[in-house]
Amino acid sequence: MGGAILLANIDVPGIREYGIYRAHGGYSSVEKALREMTPAQVAAEVTRSGLRGRGGAGFPTGLKWSFLDRKSGKPRYLVCNADESEPGTFKDRHLMHHLPHLLIEGIIVSAYALGAATCYIYIRGEFKYLVGILENAIREAHQHGFLGKRILGTDFSLEVYVHPGAGAYICGEETALLESLEGKRGNPRMKPPFPAFKGLYGCPTVVNNVETLAAVGPIIRMGGDAYARIGKGKSAGTKLISACGSISKPGVYEIEMGLPVEEFIFSPEYCGGIANDRYLKAVIPGGSSVPILPADLILHTARGEKRLLTYESMAEGDMETGTMLGSGGFIVLSEDDCVVRNTWNLTRFYRHESCGQCSPCREGTAWMEKVLYRFEHGQGKMSDIDLLARVARNIEGNTICPLGEAAAWPVASAIRHFRKEFEEHIIH
Amino acid sequence: MIPHKQYSPDGKPIAFAPEVLEKVRRIIARYPEGQQKSALLPVLHIAQEELGGYLAVDVMDYVASLLGIQPIEVYEVATFYSMFYLEKTGTYVIEVCRTGPCSITGGEKILAHLIETLDIQPGQTTPDGLFTLKEVECLGSCGTGPVLQVNNRFHEKLTPEKIDRLLEELREMAYKNRQESTSWAEQYS
Repeated sequence: MGGAILLANIDVPGIREYGIYRAHGGYSSVEKALREMTPAQVAAEVTRSGLRGRGGAGFPTGLKWSFLDRKSGKPRYLVCNADESEPGTFKDRHLMHHLPHLLIEGIIVSAYALGAATCYIYIRGEFKYLVGILENAIREAHQHGFLGKRILGTDFSLEVYVHPGAGAYICGEETALLESLEGKRGNPRMKPPFPAFKGLYGCPTVVNNVETLAAVGPIIRMGGDAYARIGKGKSAGTKLISACGSISKPGVYEIEMGLPVEEFIFSPEYCGGIANDRYLKAVIPGGSSVPILPADLILHTARGEKRLLTYESMAEGDMETGTMLGSGGFIVLSEDDCVVRNTWNLTRFYRHESCGQCSPCREGTAWMEKVLYRFEHGQGKMSDIDLLARVARNIEGNTICPLGEAAAWPVASAIRHFRKEFEEHIIH
Repeated sequence: MIPHKQYSPDGKPIAFAPEVLEKVRRIIARYPEGQQKSALLPVLHIAQEELGGYLAVDVMDYVASLLGIQPIEVYEVATFYSMFYLEKTGTYVIEVCRTGPCSITGGEKILAHLIETLDIQPGQTTPDGLFTLKEVECLGSCGTGPVLQVNNRFHEKLTPEKIDRLLEELREMAYKNRQESTSWAEQYS
């Protein structure tokens, strides 16, 4: 992988340990930021880099930071979202497993920019073994003066704690995450107020994804302008793509944004083509919540241009013929994989993970699953196809959090692009 | 469903061992004064593991007393999160991922093989009390599917043969009374 930024040193033996990480330039961004820059300068550098939230929404990180209420007089918190639960997504796990110090380094620089003295890493409970790995990295950073009181002799102090979740997809949504971190059920909050004003314990809080925070160290090292030159237009930098499904080489790849989807799927450097010499049928490119696209539309936009791995190109065509880059959870379906079955399977997931607060989501996901189950088990009716589309429409936009859309889009897009397959399930 | 009040069969009071309690106190101290409830999820993980393998009402009440919160605050959380068990489980809880990518790469075959081999359905425990079988949603291991966890430890790229070997290893481990994975308490500094 040429041009890797986050995973550049992933193959260095022992890079998980502080000494080796440090010998490869690790923590130099903390030295640079704390000794040579003010917090505002660090934040400005991140804004200039064009870095966008890597958890799925793609919201500009510098802008998110700028919303943080700095006048409240209350403590400010940085929370790292390591809940990685979006089906198809396993990039943060890869990053934390191999490069825990890259995350800790990014957290220190980010907390400095935000004026936060405490950071919690909220990690999904199923990643139990990573809790130990991260705690160890934190302990090492402490021992070498990069965490704790008066870091590098400055006035800046920071403590970082790992906090496990306990099996709830919804806790990846930032307000549900904060509820969960406060020791409650993961029910998303109404927004506004946004976490930037009332977040953890009612205090100003920034919640950033693991990959986003990990990019901050390298950005400070190379400078925001240099980072912004990597990638394509408003999709600056690199993105971790976790590729899975029916491909020859599943795994986590760091790509420079702008890489054509076709190259990503078929190049031996990345996915290595479709497994068992099958044909490409469809891709869900940004985690299970984003619209599924058939082979022709994922490789080329409706206007005939090459589809690129950027936020803009993936969204080209909107809901009709486009999709989203999302979290980078890239799920590939071959001719052997059934779209109806996959849609039923994912809908069952959303039904299970709906927190139950909002009726359209709680009831809608359950009804969609029931109807899809009928299709899968030979009891579907032609009128069920439109019924499904109608239920999906009635969830969308009618819920507190985006889980509603996350459940509705896969169903709506599967019907839009694969209606024939649904019909075949009824006839046969 | 919250099970009815249960008492430890040997009549001993429910409490962490001193070294675990010390760890728990340090975890509670990570949250600001007055926000001890924040430690609920990490402490419940430890409680489930150390105090019987599931969250009996007595165990939840004990955790409530440690955090200085009402028992109902623990019950409502324990019933929300899928990693907390409200009923007695086997020594080894086998959790098979059933979501999209694992399903595409053969997760259903893995589950079928386990159902046949263990002769139990998902949600049930083998009569010898060794294995509980569960279906779970995405474990974040989609590139190495099909995947399952045993007591929160990953086993990836599974085949029926690998499953047979794994069950054998677990039986041996039970015989030697060894733990399947590092404990929750040991994860923290």
